[in-house]
Amino acid sequence: MSTGALYNDQGGAEAAVEAGQESTPTSSGSGAAFGLFSADFKKNEDLKEMLESSKESLKLEAMKRIVGLIAKGKNASELFPAVVKNVASKNIELKKLVYVYLVRYAEEQQDLALLSISTFQRALKDPNQFIRASALRVLSSIRVPIIVPIMMLAIKEAAADLSPYVRKTSAHAIQKLFSLDADQKEQLIEVIEKLLKDKSTLVAGSVVMAFEEVCPDRIDLIHKNYRKLCNLLVDVEEWGQVVIISMLTRYARTQFTSPWKEGAMFDENNEKAFYESDSEEKKGHTEEKPYIMDPDHRLLLRNTKPLLQSRNTAVVMSVAQLYWHLAPKHEVSIVTKSLVRLLRSHREVQYIVLQNIATMSIQRKGMFEPFMKSFYVRSTDATHIKTLKLEILTNLANEANISTILREFQTYVKSQDKAFAAATIQAIGRCATNISEVTDTCLNGLVLLLSNRDETVVAESVVVIKKLLQTQPTQHSEIIKHMAKLFDNITVPMARASILWLIGEYCERVPKIAPDVLRKMAKSFTAEEDIVKLQTVNLAAKLYLTNSKQTKLLTQYILNLGKYDQNYDIRDRTRFIRQLIVPSEKSGALNKYARRILLAPKPAPVLESSFKDRDRFQLGTLSHSLNSKATGYQELSDWPAVAPDQSVRNVEIIEAVKEWTPTVGKTKQPKSDDKFYSDDEDEKEEEGSDSSGSEDSSSSSSEESGSDSEEESSESEKTSSDSGKSSSGSEQSSSESELEQKKKKKTKKVPQKKSKPTAADSESDENGNGPVAQESSSSAESSSGSETDSEDDSDSDSPAPQKKTETKTKPKVAVKSKKEVSLLDLDDFSPAPTNTPQSSIFSPSLLSDLEGLSLSGVSSTMQVTTSSFGPVKTYELLHHMTGKGLAAKYHFPRQPCLYQPSMVAVQVILSNSSDHSLEEIHIGDRSPASLSIHCFNTIERLEPEASVTVSMGIDFSDSTQAANFQLCTKEDQFSVSIQPAVGELLMPSSMTEQDFCKEQGKLQGMNETSATITMETANASSQAISKQVLSVANVGVVSSSQNNFSRFAGRTVSSGALVLVSLELKESSTALLTINTEKTVMASMLLRDIKQALTQA
Amino acid sequence: MIHSLFLINHSGDIFLEKHWKSVISRSVCDYFFEVKEKAVDPENVPPVLQTPHHYLISIYRGKLFFLSVVQTEVPPLFVIEFLHRVADTFQDYFGECSEGVIKDNLVTVYELLEEMLDNGFPLATESNVLKEMIRPPNILRSVVNTLTGGSNVGDTLPTGQLSNVPWRRAGVKYTNNEAYFDVVEEIDAILDKSGTTVFAEIQGVVEACVRLTGMPDLTLSFMNPRLLDDMSFHPCVRFKRWESERVLSFIPPDGNFTLMTYHVSSQNLVAIPVYVKQNINFFETGSCGRLDITIGPKQNMGKTVEGLMVTIHMPKVVLSANLTATQGNYTYDLTTKVLVWDIGKLNPQKLPNLRGSLSMQAGAPKPEENPSLNIDLKIQQLAISGLKVSRLDMYGEKYKPFKGVKYLTKAGKFQVRT
Repeated sequence: MSTGALYNDQGGAEAAVEAGQESTPTSSGSGAAFGLFSADFKKNEDLKEMLESSKESLKLEAMKRIVGLIAKGKNASELFPAVVKNVASKNIELKKLVYVYLVRYAEEQQDLALLSISTFQRALKDPNQFIRASALRVLSSIRVPIIVPIMMLAIKEAAADLSPYVRKTSAHAIQKLFSLDADQKEQLIEVIEKLLKDKSTLVAGSVVMAFEEVCPDRIDLIHKNYRKLCNLLVDVEEWGQVVIISMLTRYARTQFTSPWKEGAMFDENNEKAFYESDSEEKKGHTEEKPYIMDPDHRLLLRNTKPLLQSRNTAVVMSVAQLYWHLAPKHEVSIVTKSLVRLLRSHREVQYIVLQNIATMSIQRKGMFEPFMKSFYVRSTDATHIKTLKLEILTNLANEANISTILREFQTYVKSQDKAFAAATIQAIGRCATNISEVTDTCLNGLVLLLSNRDETVVAESVVVIKKLLQTQPTQHSEIIKHMAKLFDNITVPMARASILWLIGEYCERVPKIAPDVLRKMAKSFTAEEDIVKLQTVNLAAKLYLTNSKQTKLLTQYILNLGKYDQNYDIRDRTRFIRQLIVPSEKSGALNKYARRILLAPKPAPVLESSFKDRDRFQLGTLSHSLNSKATGYQELSDWPAVAPDQSVRNVEIIEAVKEWTPTVGKTKQPKSDDKFYSDDEDEKEEEGSDSSGSEDSSSSSSEESGSDSEEESSESEKTSSDSGKSSSGSEQSSSESELEQKKKKKTKKVPQKKSKPTAADSESDENGNGPVAQESSSSAESSSGSETDSEDDSDSDSPAPQKKTETKTKPKVAVKSKKEVSLLDLDDFSPAPTNTPQSSIFSPSLLSDLEGLSLSGVSSTMQVTTSSFGPVKTYELLHHMTGKGLAAKYHFPRQPCLYQPSMVAVQVILSNSSDHSLEEIHIGDRSPASLSIHCFNTIERLEPEASVTVSMGIDFSDSTQAANFQLCTKEDQFSVSIQPAVGELLMPSSMTEQDFCKEQGKLQGMNETSATITMETANASSQAISKQVLSVANVGVVSSSQNNFSRFAGRTVSSGALVLVSLELKESSTALLTINTEKTVMASMLLRDIKQALTQA
Repeated sequence: MIHSLFLINHSGDIFLEKHWKSVISRSVCDYFFEVKEKAVDPENVPPVLQTPHHYLISIYRGKLFFLSVVQTEVPPLFVIEFLHRVADTFQDYFGECSEGVIKDNLVTVYELLEEMLDNGFPLATESNVLKEMIRPPNILRSVVNTLTGGSNVGDTLPTGQLSNVPWRRAGVKYTNNEAYFDVVEEIDAILDKSGTTVFAEIQGVVEACVRLTGMPDLTLSFMNPRLLDDMSFHPCVRFKRWESERVLSFIPPDGNFTLMTYHVSSQNLVAIPVYVKQNINFFETGSCGRLDITIGPKQNMGKTVEGLMVTIHMPKVVLSANLTATQGNYTYDLTTKVLVWDIGKLNPQKLPNLRGSLSMQAGAPKPEENPSLNIDLKIQQLAISGLKVSRLDMYGEKYKPFKGVKYLTKAGKFQVRT
């Protein structure tokens, strides 16, 4: 930097701070006037004065100027004592600036920095969470080893803070402390372990970051939190998402088995594969088990997919790499579109994304081929972008598209950017070797380029032609001759060397020209570049061996020149060649083989992508970008051959029930905090939302906070529905894991059932009962699962079939959207039950959507819903004769109710069989009055022949008393009633056999009801029994180690009382059926139902 | 993650440095300068560089380099995305992102950087949250501040960060409640010599300017959402709702933001609004060339094409251009060799034409390739894909907002090869 610039710089700084300052013009003016020699010193003096003054504004001004100095990288450390005094200032801006200063210089002035510590310690106890957080932030940023114990204490306390924001800050502080003192690792890991259990989305990203930095190898800490992280992921802030996704990628690679092994089978046809396995099973071949994806593995893939739509390119890229590394082969292609979208982003983003696509396109051409045109080069692209695009186009080239690509390349060759033109020529060479059909065309094209005016283009062509000729040297003496002619005009050393090598290698094909070229070279030898000289020596040697008559003298001359060359490489080579080819006494044995050594047939070079070996790095990483291992790079492990124990991820079910069902509890956490420190508006709001979130309360909050709480309660609802899902997910997987371990064959049936849904009801196949129950227990999930599956399939298809599947899946979508709608509806208007106008505003658009969708296939809609849930019976609610055209049927979908955990979910299918449309279908009076029903939204209009499925929630309070209510249309009212079977008032609960026996022991005596039943031997298999029991009651199968025992467990929906069913097979046809529960009335009814079901069958 | 940040101007001076962990000497930038020298054009500097002890990840925006130093493995896009977010924030705060403006607001910039990262990990990047903590400067406030000694640091603490809608600040109040949406579509196209389309696609973005009191919950629906092929959303958009109903349901951030970006499926034929007849010739002898360009309307859906502009990067050997334009002006920059023809509105009755001769360096060989034309244009009140907003509904608040939708079609990377 010149002195002038320095001067100007300071002047500029002066001007900047002067802009808003009039009070001290003289002092700063003088500072500027002194200029470069004394300015710093002088200025610091007056800054000190300003800091010591009693005026806040002066202090602030001084601090601003000091921060300006820091920003410019100038030293302001001698002001430390003056600055640190202000650390306790009341002025927030001043305080913040002091913090900035402190963090910057504390490391240099450790003793003085200690003066400020007590201020922070006090602030750590402040009732305001933001002050606590910022105190911790600064305290942990001061890199003074003496305060490590203080930091440790502060972190531990903050990690248990009631405010999630403070806990987030503590997660950040963990990393800082670790980098300051790595000895604290063990203690820090404890804190991390604790914070990983945190359920706040605010904390999740930061703590995983801390985990990655401090103990990335402690994968065991993740197990219990895996499902939670997957489920929270969508709601975590975007930066946290990136970190969590990359951590989960690593985790999944150690915990799940490869989905790629049987990829081919999956690709072809799902159904078929399963049938095959079926028949196999019957034959008794059990050793070849088809791959079944771990449900947790699937959970991760499903929950990351929506993030492909993120606006943050880093998130999209991390999801893409997750799919690349974890998803079954046929699913990976869903990321293509999103990656191509990123190409619209900034230049730097393009660069990284193109690098990753280049690596991907080597292995999977098909993924990007449809988007080939997106990689066409524009003349305005930066050079490195151009080369990457070229790389990808080359990777994508195949027989079908090569002509298009070559035409495109032709334009590139003419580019003004000569480096790019040269790269294009190389690319053409690669295409020529890879695709044999076009080799000749390419070669001809390249020969034409030899007469190009630009030297670099010609040189590059020569080099590429050399490589091409080497792969198929026959017939090409013409080209070699042509190149020999061009030799005089080419000056680029590499090109000259290449031609010489070619002539030497194929000297027997051009016997006349070769010696002549050598002659010319002998003349100009001394003026050539080293690389050309080496090749000249080579050429001379080869000619000497084949045509010594003409070239002996020339060779000797060249060898003599080489002997005294300045370059030792050339001297070396010359000496070696001379010994090898010129016979003398000393040369000995090698001489005989000289010809075979020099003119051995050489393997053709393989022209391959420079991205070939990049796939050893995880995509999207810095290491991948640099193509060398970066510090701290975590190797992605190979899939384990056998999956480690899956149950480690199970969260204890009892704990889960406590924690998950009323997830409001999660948001309640800060509420308790609120009681202490009521100064925080936001938390109050949260509290409000909690109360309104509990639905019935007549949303008494004021309008503004009501709207706030709406969103919040929707959030909490969302998480609760999420958690509902996850808890059922965990149930499913726990039961599944057991099933899988013991009776793996059975689980295979699940998809089969799905694929043959209509048969599910009538099918008397004895296998597959277990899975059905399991499916119904998590029906929502499984249906959505199938949804995504079908989407995936269609994605990977070509566009035409995609349309087909779209229309096919329409009915399904209709059902789904209805469900979603009701859910979302609730999201948005959860305090709405009392507030009907709002929901009616909303419904027209919804209805129109539904109309469009459901017209196409009403009947199929019903089939899909009913059948996919296994043993669902549909009951008549309202016959169309009595309903004047309105008919209603209902069934119990057996999924956890979204509206309230104590409600039983009921799906009602309303259809209009009259010839006019029905309007304003809604629910009217109900009896008993205390009955709590979550109504569906008013249906504005139901066209003739149309039908619509709505879901309701009814709290039966664990009694089979019918729920009576009125179904109203605009003109009429119809009294209807829903009478639940006792089995529908239960929900499955999964437990181990030990737990079952323990619980059963507690429910003896009065709480036990039993009966002996007789049934046919054919039905005595455990599968048949469970099928029958599950058709009657919504309970979960408990795996049993004894053959003659079948056990089922459930809880009543409303009060959550345990219901345990066990069936002990006695002699051939009798069995003892026992039911243990507190609800004795229910027990006897259930006993009756099950007995009936079992004896009938 | 991100260790330090250096802001470097066009000529290679470091004018701001910020460290989130211990201090790294600015000499680390020397590696970068070396590469920059070599690259000639700043656009050609590779974004990721390796030095013996550090990795340098940089972006180039507004003639500034944002250079960040990292020490360990980190997804490079993470850093790049963040740096762009920083630049966006400056743009948002100061109206532009340039050296002058950053130097003028050094303290605010520093405070922003302090809040945006903690220990190198992004902390608050939402503009609504930041604006609550650090107020953007405006003239009125700076006058008031000088008089009263007030500050531009918010005295209220950001509650947005804690809420479930972190992108929206609390307690928003307006007397005029308004919500405007701009649907802007860009046509990316490559046309070949004969005028046939080599490649064309439409990229769209919905920009929103929402100034609504309280916590409004908006629903925006399209007449023809099926057109959209691939999209990305602002985090406020409820993705599930979009998946199931194809409506955008969201609680908007306050102020300006990008609601969604989308891509129109490439199966649909893209309408190219103009045609270009061009003839550029360089003669073997006489070191001169001819240029003749005519532009006419093609598929513009009955709307007028405005803001028409043609930019040509001439080969290095072209010394000057002697041309006549029937409409608009042309300029030829001798140093950068860029010919710009600013046409303005396209009149279908009288097609604009530019013709004349180009003189070249004497003795230089004729250029191998004809330069390609980059075309810029605008069509007001038209989304070229045919996308239409059907309605906007607001829930959660009582007042009636003023609503408006504007459509605009622009040329994106629209290139005609010659």
